[in-house]
Amino acid sequence: MTLAAALRRHWVPVAMLSPSIVLIGIFVYGFIGWSLRVSMSEWQGLMPDYTWAGLSNFAELLNDRRFHIDIRNTLVFTTFFIGGCVGLGLLLAVLLDRHVPGEGIFRSIFLFPLAISLIVTGVAWRWLMNPSTGERTTGLNLLLDTFGLNALMNAWHTSDPPIGIAFVALPAVWQMTGFTMALFLAGLRAIPEELKEAARVDGASELQVYRRIILPLLRPALLSALIILGHLSLKVFDLIVALSGKDIRLDVPAIYMWTTTFDANNFSRGAAIGIYMLVSVAILVVPYLVWSLRRETEL
Amino acid sequence: MKVRTDWWRRAVAPLAAALLLAACQATPTATPTAPPAGTPEPGQTPAASPQAGGEVEIFSWWTAGGEADGLEAMFEVFAQKHPEFQIVNAAVAGGAGTNARAVLATRLAQGDPPESWQGHAGQELSTYIVAGQLEPLNSLFDEQGWHDVMPATLIEQISTDGNIWSVPVNIHRANVMWYVPANLEQWGVQVPQTWAEFLTAAETLEAAGVTPLALGEQWTVMHLLETVLLGELGADAYASLWDGSGDWNSAEVTAALETFDQVLDYTNADASTLAWEQAAQLVIDGQAAFNVMGDWAEGYFVSPAGPNLSPEDGSFGWAPAPGSSGVFQWLSDSFILPAGEINREGALAWLTVAGSKEGQDAFNPVKGSIPARTDPDRSLYDAYLQSAMDDWASDELAGSLTHGVVANDAWKAAIDTALGLFLADRNVGTFQTALAAACVATGPCS
Repeated sequence: MTLAAALRRHWVPVAMLSPSIVLIGIFVYGFIGWSLRVSMSEWQGLMPDYTWAGLSNFAELLNDRRFHIDIRNTLVFTTFFIGGCVGLGLLLAVLLDRHVPGEGIFRSIFLFPLAISLIVTGVAWRWLMNPSTGERTTGLNLLLDTFGLNALMNAWHTSDPPIGIAFVALPAVWQMTGFTMALFLAGLRAIPEELKEAARVDGASELQVYRRIILPLLRPALLSALIILGHLSLKVFDLIVALSGKDIRLDVPAIYMWTTTFDANNFSRGAAIGIYMLVSVAILVVPYLVWSLRRETEL
Repeated sequence: MKVRTDWWRRAVAPLAAALLLAACQATPTATPTAPPAGTPEPGQTPAASPQAGGEVEIFSWWTAGGEADGLEAMFEVFAQKHPEFQIVNAAVAGGAGTNARAVLATRLAQGDPPESWQGHAGQELSTYIVAGQLEPLNSLFDEQGWHDVMPATLIEQISTDGNIWSVPVNIHRANVMWYVPANLEQWGVQVPQTWAEFLTAAETLEAAGVTPLALGEQWTVMHLLETVLLGELGADAYASLWDGSGDWNSAEVTAALETFDQVLDYTNADASTLAWEQAAQLVIDGQAAFNVMGDWAEGYFVSPAGPNLSPEDGSFGWAPAPGSSGVFQWLSDSFILPAGEINREGALAWLTVAGSKEGQDAFNPVKGSIPARTDPDRSLYDAYLQSAMDDWASDELAGSLTHGVVANDAWKAAIDTALGLFLADRNVGTFQTALAAACVATGPCS
């Protein structure tokens, strides 16, 4: 059926989607185009200045010490965030898949953090990860001290870089593990029981069943998790601002963009950082979308 | 069973999912902790002001505490003196002015300025000056005789190329060191007169298990930096750094930055997690000996909701920051005259009240600052503010960096980045290079 014929036949869904498509076309893609234009201009004050500047803003950023810190922090944060979420989420999903009593309650508890704003998470974990020493010890350090685990007490997210940013992944993992767990649980439940039975009948141990049958079949869920967590971690902003304000040791591109645009009024550089972020997320997400559009669906 | 479908049919589901995901993206607004100003609240757009009919729209971020009360008091004085005009309070809350300044920028871009807005006097206004948004106030100053009652150095430092850009309402002092006298006696140290003396006293204090200097988040570190620079370099060399005639690469600056590095070693390890008042509280609680902070700290110390102390009974003491006795490092909240389409008579009437004795004496006692004028009614002010007024009238003046007097926004942001990188690696050499580069890139250095 041709495109025109299909549009005519399915005009109701097309009509329902068109307002969203138009609005997204303007407010997302239109503004992305405008940001691209600003990033190649010399707008550095209050009033717009669209003098053409080519790629000089992008080149300056590549030589900028603060931007190097941003990239390093993003890589460290992404590694620990994705590693933590996937590992912990998989563990929880495997445990919950065992049909434990009260499974629904546990699932809800693990999913609750997802409902909390990242700002609230940041503020709460800022208190928990307070690095004060001596009389003013509080939060997790106080808890560790009470249980005699003094060796584990440390400065948390205020540790020297690059260790500090790894601790920022802690509240992020706490928040998003439930989501990953839900993804993996759905994936686990979709694996037919006959496959596992057949494997056990053939003499495979439980561990082998997991390694050879279950984990490989979880690859689509893993891929979805990686993509979604990856694009979240590339854009992280509110969690870090709530945890540590504008501390440069924990700087990430989104915070740099915010301070450069609104504190220093350097709109062109801020737009350039935004375009860098867009490109990095696109590199992650677009191949996935293309792949899932093109492959045949096997049932 | 294979189900083969045309590509665009299969595009509909992921597209719809993408639209849904985009709609579900949580975008909470961040409210960073703030230097002394209103408490963070959701921003509100100010009411639109009709240009006719005598409405005067005053735009600020004074939405809470002493500042809001002071503004109200000034509004009352204005209402008495100019009953023909109607004040519209267009204050916007949140983030020490970040929200308000964003709203203001939008309005200016639309060509709809308020009759006046609050800003830090000095270079912070240069963003608006360069964009042609402000009108000079030289004739108003002459008319009102303010050249006789406001210090000449102040007027000089708020002018560029002979144009006076704002009416300073209040003055805060940045280079103040706070302490508790009884505690200092107990620990056997005296108030240091130079940073070298501070470093010696710090050794004694550390031995006694006390943090020598309480410090807070990064902007308070910049506040400390400007005080150390002033204390080590002196008022003239300090001023030369900001007008392009000084050399950021000089040996004197290196020595000052090295002193700064040493002073940082004697601060609390959890500084980056403390707001400015929490750092000041450490001094009151006896866990730290000194805190360098502007005199809004005094407003915190005497507030009934806070420590509720009094400056008259010796429960806290103050001294000029080490090395800067005889120099008043000032910052000022001021009002400006926009150059766009406004109710000009109303705006000028407001500015007249803002610079008048009645207006400033209504605002400042409530806000906890001293008037920019040198002829206030002293009986309205407490012991600390009276001593500050004496210093204001007699000391040399130096502008504050952190609070927008000596550096414009872009330069200050560049210095902030350099300072943040320094706090990460504590390398004085790269710090000095970065500061010099910032002056060339965004300041008047060549």
